[in-house]
Order: sequence, then structure tokens, then C-alpha cells
Amino acid sequence: MNGPTRAEVCVVACADTWRAAGEILVSPFGAIPTVGARLARATFAPRVLLTDGEALVGGGVWPLGESPSVVEGWMPYRSIFDVLWSGKRHIMMIPSQLDRYGNMNISCIGEDYQRPKVQLIGLRGAPGNTVNHPTSYWVPRHSARVFVQRVDRVSGVGYDSAAAAGPSAQRFHELRRVVTDLGVLDFASSDHTLRLVSVHPGVSVDDVRAVTGFPLQIADDLTESRQPTDDELQLIREVIDPGGARQREVGS
Amino acid sequence: MPVRPDKLMTEDDVVAELSSGMTIGIGGWASRRKPMSLVRAILRSELRNLTIVSFGGPDVGMLCAAGRVSRLIYGFVSLDSVPLDPYFRAARQAGEIVSIEYDEGMLYWGLYAAACRLPFLPTRAGLGSAAMGGDSELRTVVSPYDGEELVAMPAIRLDAALVHLNRADPYGNAQYLGPDIYFDDVFCMAAERAYVSCERVVSTEDLLNGAHPATLRINRMSVHGVVPAPNGAHFTSCVPDYDRDERAQSEYVRSASEPDGWAEFSARYLEGAEAGYQAAVSAPSSLAHDQV
Repeated sequence: MNGPTRAEVCVVACADTWRAAGEILVSPFGAIPTVGARLARATFAPRVLLTDGEALVGGGVWPLGESPSVVEGWMPYRSIFDVLWSGKRHIMMIPSQLDRYGNMNISCIGEDYQRPKVQLIGLRGAPGNTVNHPTSYWVPRHSARVFVQRVDRVSGVGYDSAAAAGPSAQRFHELRRVVTDLGVLDFASSDHTLRLVSVHPGVSVDDVRAVTGFPLQIADDLTESRQPTDDELQLIREVIDPGGARQREVGS
Repeated sequence: MPVRPDKLMTEDDVVAELSSGMTIGIGGWASRRKPMSLVRAILRSELRNLTIVSFGGPDVGMLCAAGRVSRLIYGFVSLDSVPLDPYFRAARQAGEIVSIEYDEGMLYWGLYAAACRLPFLPTRAGLGSAAMGGDSELRTVVSPYDGEELVAMPAIRLDAALVHLNRADPYGNAQYLGPDIYFDDVFCMAAERAYVSCERVVSTEDLLNGAHPATLRINRMSVHGVVPAPNGAHFTSCVPDYDRDERAQSEYVRSASEPDGWAEFSARYLEGAEAGYQAAVSAPSSLAHDQV
């Protein structure tokens, strides 16, 4: 078997995000997080729930782009809000901007909110997700355009914004991980600012610093991101993503 | 027994009951099960200055492109297979509409508060985010039980709701046969007047016809008009009756990047009556015609 690609390292980094998730709904956005979530479910996190991206909860493991052959539940949008407000969910969203405190923007870019320079998709569920249950982020291309000093519009709530809003905003707020094409970051530093915890094989700390728009904390025990095992590679390549969508999201 | 009058109407009958300046909720979600034949009827009308409330898709984009929207209350606008709607973006980037952007759960909660005739409903969603800042008029409320401070999501009351379902009887009992009702029932209950367009009007006796009773999610108490509208959600999806017409959606998206693109798209598809639209999109010469 060929050695793992960068995309496959990213897949297991995403999967590891849900290693101790237990029996909750995992909602991945993007190809690589979706492959990662199905890999986690097929291996070390068998209890997590996954939807087909619409209203069905799929049983077993199924390939990207196909429908699950087993349906274990029904979860229309109404129920998604029930679940997310109950806290039994961990989402991985794709930020357009992310700052050092974990504020995330997918709404719009520019100074004037009523006349933005660039309109994006909108707040979506980001405000509610971030104050109700664990949230992680996936950045397919680590760049200073994404990792900015300050986001233009707070869609997902960062640690400083949650603190400013008060105890109710902080009560269930928890940002877990940020997986990028270069490494893995978390917010476990003393001031809850982004901290680099691992770099993918072939990436240096300076490579990451060079494309991050603010000073980055570096973990004392910084490691190289782990490689997928042979079993994991086989599941990724032959069962979950035989069409290679992961390679289109992150090139080699 | 006295005969119960039916509520059958045409799209143009519905539009005749609407007026400029109204707050109109539009059901569906992104590019799924949108009441597009009713939207097309608005585009043919003189209605202006509308406040549109939507889990937004091409309904929002087209109404923005035609300059009918003065305020937009939404959580997102997306075409699903195409992440962003170009006409919505253009309207925002030109500062043409007043944007009131909520978390999508807050939007649900605001509609539900209106449906329940409550002034607000409490939620944590919105705390610490841009949904609370800037032009937002949102307030918080302190729990009388434990002192927790929560967002008081205000009721979003609608003058009218427009939704598209798979089936309905002539009296307004309406049925979804796809995977999700989205928030169509809440839109109807939050509105002074709700109009249901549907793929097929069937007799009440035929509504279940093998389907589970839970598919009858909208009942006639909250429905004022029923519009027979086969292919009425086109080009958005209306499963299991049909999938999204990706080619037609692509043509809509592409038109936005051409000079006079909207004028040409409108002239080609939107200026005739609904029958003209349906003929145009099914004509073999149409780029939108999905031959597969």
C-alpha cells in the first residue's frame, strides 16, 4: 500500500477529534471531516451518530456520495435543534475567518455589515452551536486570510466573546480542535488562544507561523501528527472514500 | 350536511391578496421544496418593499434580483449544490436590502414564538455573537428561576406564509412525502394568512393512500388557500416527486455573471405566466432541460 497522503493525515486528525465522543451526534462539514467521522465510527468511536447530511441517521459505514444502506433514525432539522440545544452534539465547521480566540466568521467580510465587501452564506447555526455544545473547525487551506487578527463578524463564538457575554454564553461553550492542512491546533492554553499542538509530516512550525495572521502559541509537547494505520488507510481508500474526494480537498 | 367550501386558488389569486410592504415568510430550506411558482407570481406582480423571512435559497435570490426586497430576515442563503446565491450576494454587497441575520435556530424560535402568540422565547443561541450586536434590536431576559441571562428571541409575525408541499386536499390539509417538513408548518402558524401550493391536489380520502398519518403535518386550520402547482418547486428539489434540476439552477447562477444576465433570464423564463415557465424549462432547446 502506498504511504499516507497529506489528506489522509488530515482525515485521521479529524477522526481523533471524536475519539472520546461517546453516544452523541457528530456533524462534519467538508469531505475530509466526513471521511474522518465515518472512520472514527468504523473504528474507535462506534457509538457516535451520523446523518446522511439530510434527515436520516445512518447505521454502519457507507461511502461518500452514497446513501446509508441502514437507517437507524430520523433527524429532520427540527430534531437537529432539539439535539444541539440538549448538547449531545459535536460539530466541525469550515470557517472563512478564524481568530486567535476562536471567533469564527461565515457571515460576511468588510467593515459595513449593511453593505459588506463580500457576502458569505450567513450565520447559519454557528452562534447556537458554539454556546450549546463542543465545536471544532476544519481549514482545508491554512492561510493568513483565514487565520486573522480579528474576524469581521462573529458567527461562531470565541472564548473572549463568550466571556464578555457572561456565564450563560460560557456555560456549555467549548472549542475543541482546529484541524488544518498543515497541523492541529487547540485552545488549551491558559488564555484560551490558539495553540499549535502538532504539525503534519513534512511541515515545520515556521511553515505554520508564516501563514497565520497572529502570534501563535506552540505547545511545549508539540508533536508530529500521527499517520493513519494500515487498517485505517484501507477503510479510507476502499470503503469510505473510494472516489478520492479527500484528495480534491487537500492536494498532496 | 352543508358543503364545506374548498380553498382552491391560482398563484395570481394569492398574489392579489398580498400587498407591498408586507412581511412574507417563505417555506422550504435552501434549494429544497421552495414555493417557486408563487415566487414567480410575485415577480410578475407589482409587489414591492417586502420583508422576506426565509431559510433562504433561490426564492431570496430572485426576489432580490428583481428589487422586491427591502428587508430580509434569514439565517443563511444557499443553493445547496452551489453554496452561495449570486443575486442575494450582489444585493447585499450593493447595500440594497436591510439585513437581519439570525442563527437559524433563532429564526425557528422567532417563528415558533409568533405561532404560539408569545412576544419572545428564551434561548442561549445568539449570546456572544454578531446576532446580538450592531443593528440588532435583540434584548436579553433574566430567568426568574435561576438568574441565567438568555436571549429573548422576538416573535417574527408574518402577514403571509407561502409553502410548497407534495400533496394537499382542496381544504388545506397538506402532506410532505420527502424526508423533512423543514419549518413549513411553523411558517403557516406564524402567519395571518398561509398559502399552500402543492404538486397534486387529491381528495381527502386519498391523502393517506399508504402514507403514514405523520406526513399530514399541516392542517386546514392554518391554511387560507391551496394552489395546484405541478412542478411548482422547480428548479429546487421536491422529493420524492423530483430532484433539484441542477442544470436549470446552474443556468440561473451563470446568468448573474453576464451583463444584463437577470434581464435575459427574466425575459426567457419569468415574464410569461406559470404555464409559460413550465413550457420554457421543458423545451428541448432549453439549456435547463435535463435530458437524462
